[in-house]
Amino acid sequence: MTVHPPPADPGLTVRPYERPSGVHPPLDFAGYRSTALRHPRQPLVLLPHRLTEITGPLLGAGRVTPADADLTAQHADEPLGQRITVSGRVLDSGGRAVPDTLIEVWQANSAGRYRHAVDNHPAPLDPNFTGVGRCVTDSEGRYRFVTIKPGAYPWGNHPNAWRPAHIHFSLFGRAFIQRLVTQMYFEGDPLFYQDPIFNSVPDPAARERMISRFDLGLTEPEVSLGFTWDIVLRGRDATVFEQPEDRR
Amino acid sequence: MSLGVTPSQTVGPFLAIGLPWPDGPFVVPEGTSGAITITGRVTDGAGEPVPDALVETWQADPDGRFSHPDDPRGAPREPAPGFRGFGRCATSADGSYRIVTLKPGALPSPGGGTEAPHLDVSVLARGLLDRVVTRIYFPDEAEANAADPVLASIGDPARAATLVARAEPGMPGRLRFDIRLQGDHETVFFDV
Repeated sequence: MTVHPPPADPGLTVRPYERPSGVHPPLDFAGYRSTALRHPRQPLVLLPHRLTEITGPLLGAGRVTPADADLTAQHADEPLGQRITVSGRVLDSGGRAVPDTLIEVWQANSAGRYRHAVDNHPAPLDPNFTGVGRCVTDSEGRYRFVTIKPGAYPWGNHPNAWRPAHIHFSLFGRAFIQRLVTQMYFEGDPLFYQDPIFNSVPDPAARERMISRFDLGLTEPEVSLGFTWDIVLRGRDATVFEQPEDRR
Repeated sequence: MSLGVTPSQTVGPFLAIGLPWPDGPFVVPEGTSGAITITGRVTDGAGEPVPDALVETWQADPDGRFSHPDDPRGAPREPAPGFRGFGRCATSADGSYRIVTLKPGALPSPGGGTEAPHLDVSVLARGLLDRVVTRIYFPDEAEANAADPVLASIGDPARAATLVARAEPGMPGRLRFDIRLQGDHETVFFDV
């Protein structure tokens, strides 16, 4: 097969994203047993950011309806549990809003049970709760979900292990390297200290950034409680300056 | 202004209720002329299938372009109809996934040189506290692969070879790319 390389373009410059250190958990973390056979043993190879990494899927439009952001309104009746609003902004580390980006969430019901075939926790399923939502951030990076507070649940990692209440969040940002899947926790949860997944994040200050805060301003009187949580994705590397020819 | 980045957490065992899409594996609509199918298995350090993983891909179009405002070369010249650039597939009980796409074009590399056609790949799973990132290269691009700066950066040719998909004999348009998270022939993963 004949190879037709693109013309060499020595003028092509790509502004990389920052590489925060000490933020994300290590892939090999003994406290979380499932990492044992699933973490790479070879060192990761440094990949400088090129075109494939600084671009990424710009998803959302056409994939989401406004109803997808209300997890309490997906069935004939309302789910059981404490109604909550979860809202905040998606920003990059430079403080810039990340607009028009898809957020996907999934969670257990108020009894701590997922609507998933392999969840064998003997807590009841709720026929009125699927536990899946989606939305797209607005022009200021803001998102908003209405749901019920998920329950804590036991898991088999170690004797008497319990996961703190959490909602799974999946985000794309605008570049492949901004992709983030994380979990949002709730302020004051007594289960944090014994949870290896929460504590896999080495920096205690970074752990705090996974915890939503109660926000009276987000409560709806007579209806629901409110929690606020901002999500910060990697930003452009501030130490690499744009060349004038990049501004086109 | 510098804000602390939100840490990654595992997708856990129940990602299948939230992340797969019915059209996820189709970077281009099924039946698109010239489409290729990439299949493979995700396995762990014991060689066992990983049945609760999500494989995601991102790539240039056949012309080597991205429909994205941050590509300094501008918009695609001839956008391929229905081409999304992005694929997503949850693994099944045997750890297998599939992506239906168009082969991407080669890319200019910043500062000169050329990247061989490739897909960027994320693997998310229970037991992975952060995604792992790899690349899929093409077996019919030996010359371009030999000149690719990313493959060259791996150093060990045997390790770099873990990133080249295999042609499926007698099945044109079918490629196989297995992802070994750990152990013998462990796939090369990148620090992005």
